[in-house]
Amino acid sequence: MEKIKVEHVSKVFGKQIPQALELVKQQKSKTDILKKTGATVGVYNASFSVNEGEIFVIMGLSGSGKSTLIRLLNRLIEPTSGNILIDGENISKMSKDALKTVRRNKMSMVFQNFGLFPHRTLLQNTEYGLEIRGVSKEERKAKAEQALENAGLLAYKDQYPNQLSGGMQQRVGLARALANDPEILLMDEAFSALDPLIRKEMQDELLDLQQTLKKTIIFITHDLNEALRIGDRIAIMKDGTIIQIGTGEEILTNPANDYVRTFVEDVDRSKVLTAENAMVRPVYVNVDLDGPTVALKRMREETVSLLMAVDKNRRLKGFITADDALLAAKKHEQTVHSIVQPEILTVPPDMLLQDILGMIHNSPTPIAVVKDERLLGVLIRGVVIEALSTYSEEAESHE
Amino acid sequence: MNNFLDNLPTLPLAPWVESAMDWLTSNFSAFFGTIQKSGKLLMSQVTDLLIGIPAIILILLIVILAFFATGKKFGLATFSLLGLLFIYNQGLWTQLMETTTLVLFSSIISIVIGIPLGILMSKSSIAESIIKPLLDFMQTMPGFVYLIPAVAFFGIGIVPGVFASVIFALPPTVRMTNLGIRQVPKELVEAADSYGSTASQKLFKVEIPLAKSTIMAGINQTVMLSLSMVVIASMIGAPGLGREVLTALQRTQVGNGFVAGLGLVIFAIIIDRLTQSFNKKKVQ
Ligand SMILES: Nc1ncnc2c1ncn2[C@@H]1O[C@H](COP(=O)(O)OP(=O)(O)OP(=O)(O)O)[C@@H](O)[C@H]1O
Ligand SMILES: [Mg+2]
Repeated sequence: MEKIKVEHVSKVFGKQIPQALELVKQQKSKTDILKKTGATVGVYNASFSVNEGEIFVIMGLSGSGKSTLIRLLNRLIEPTSGNILIDGENISKMSKDALKTVRRNKMSMVFQNFGLFPHRTLLQNTEYGLEIRGVSKEERKAKAEQALENAGLLAYKDQYPNQLSGGMQQRVGLARALANDPEILLMDEAFSALDPLIRKEMQDELLDLQQTLKKTIIFITHDLNEALRIGDRIAIMKDGTIIQIGTGEEILTNPANDYVRTFVEDVDRSKVLTAENAMVRPVYVNVDLDGPTVALKRMREETVSLLMAVDKNRRLKGFITADDALLAAKKHEQTVHSIVQPEILTVPPDMLLQDILGMIHNSPTPIAVVKDERLLGVLIRGVVIEALSTYSEEAESHE
Repeated sequence: MNNFLDNLPTLPLAPWVESAMDWLTSNFSAFFGTIQKSGKLLMSQVTDLLIGIPAIILILLIVILAFFATGKKFGLATFSLLGLLFIYNQGLWTQLMETTTLVLFSSIISIVIGIPLGILMSKSSIAESIIKPLLDFMQTMPGFVYLIPAVAFFGIGIVPGVFASVIFALPPTVRMTNLGIRQVPKELVEAADSYGSTASQKLFKVEIPLAKSTIMAGINQTVMLSLSMVVIASMIGAPGLGREVLTALQRTQVGNGFVAGLGLVIFAIIIDRLTQSFNKKKVQ
């Protein structure tokens, strides 16, 4: 069922609004319009609808109008034109009193910097929405305590916000919103100020909550990974206009235009690790200098059974094994020249780990990372796999 | 060129102001008279009440207040004890009480007018653009000038003294209230709005509590400014320490003038530190 419907909504800040809107129609850029009229286009001609129980993510770069758009939904910002319907009621044409009632009962907002009142305790913060609605003291206390309990913060109820970590503060922000039992949650970059691990935790909590609560959630982020993780559908904004709406799958596989494509690719590319990121310090012998005894000693010290072989300029010559070194030592050979095996796989430092993964599976020896013939490091299978798996987790919660 | 300037007729601003004053005094004389009479009565009752309390008890009360207000430190308490004993010793106790009444009334009136005015300014940019230049005007005009309308409206005595002090001391409270409310972080105002607060809920539950320390700083300045008007107001017959200073000045009695002036300084320091410590306590 359709919960929110936004029809051709625009917001222009400043004067000369009609001229600015006219220029937008002529597809002039935001900076051109600002130069010509002094007006800033916040949102232009946005239309979309959100279904009940859906998490609708709005994504875009800084300044693309996300915050403006979400504030148009509860009319913290007055729209310049267009209609916003919530349960069929036109918010944009509502009287002040009616609007107040909708804000009190239907929707609550969660803020990027938490928006907690510093002079109120956590409990008093959580009670705020109920308090201004005139709910009785006992009832609002009970409800607020329940909300804090659900957030796991009841023990802190008499503390003040500045005594808490960011993650805890945002849990209170969410608890304050939920204590009101709204049908719609508006979340403006609610998790952006949190560090990656806490952020991922909060995403999980939100998804868990949503399983039981089934609120309609508008969630803003500028992080594709976050959008993909929690969004049922995603809208991408650029310079005040919505340029694509779809599920994460649709947006990834079928970007509407080049802007979306670069957006998606950018994030993808950043996800990827190179050889340089996973290589370890090489253990090697200098073929111009060291003999088999030195090689054996080094292997014992470093507990490896294989050494890289380089010349005095650290150019890679190959590798030697422990068995060969032992034989050579028995024969009292003075150098390791005769036992260096030149067949070793090398990769450049900027090669993608994903591509290396296939090679490393079939290679009996470690892979050498080489630049201009010089040995930089080696790649060991275990380390590569570990790097790939931990990184992909991090990437999901990373900006 | 000079000729041309000299030939311009003088703009009759002074006569205009004078006739406006005449009009006000003649048309509202009953109103001003009532204020003068009831104000005088009320203030002399307060002064009598203060004088009626045995000095030693009042001194001890202030010392205890200073001790607790400054977080159980002895500094201000000791200073108050010695300072007030000194004033008493110099035979200036009654004058101190009169000055207290004057400062008390002008501060309270300034606060009662100033805070709502500051709130109005913070809510309406139009109000701000009208009130701001008025405040600048009020603050840059020398305090003496306010004695003229004060005398015209209320004759001489403590009431015109309070009137002149209020005009002189009002601006900081208004300004700081405006500033404090405008400085409340945008996100917190949005939070209050997004939960459907009415304007007054937002004001009393969010904006004023958050602006409190700024407003208190303004009140502190207002109190100090009204204290600084004490000597000036004595020129139109306001009683108190200021009158002692003025008399000494007129008779060139350096010693007496110094003692009365010192009394004022002691009083000012006590009041300043006390109001500041209230502010600090409330912020926590
Ligand atoms: N009150 C305002 N007055 C004038 N211009 C504004 C106002 N609020 C926002 N804008 C402008 O509108 C545009 C969109 O701003 P908005 O804050 O919605 O972007 P955003 O997508 O939320 O960015 P961010 O990721 O940085 O939060 C920007 O160009 C901004 O400068
Ligand atoms: Mg924003």
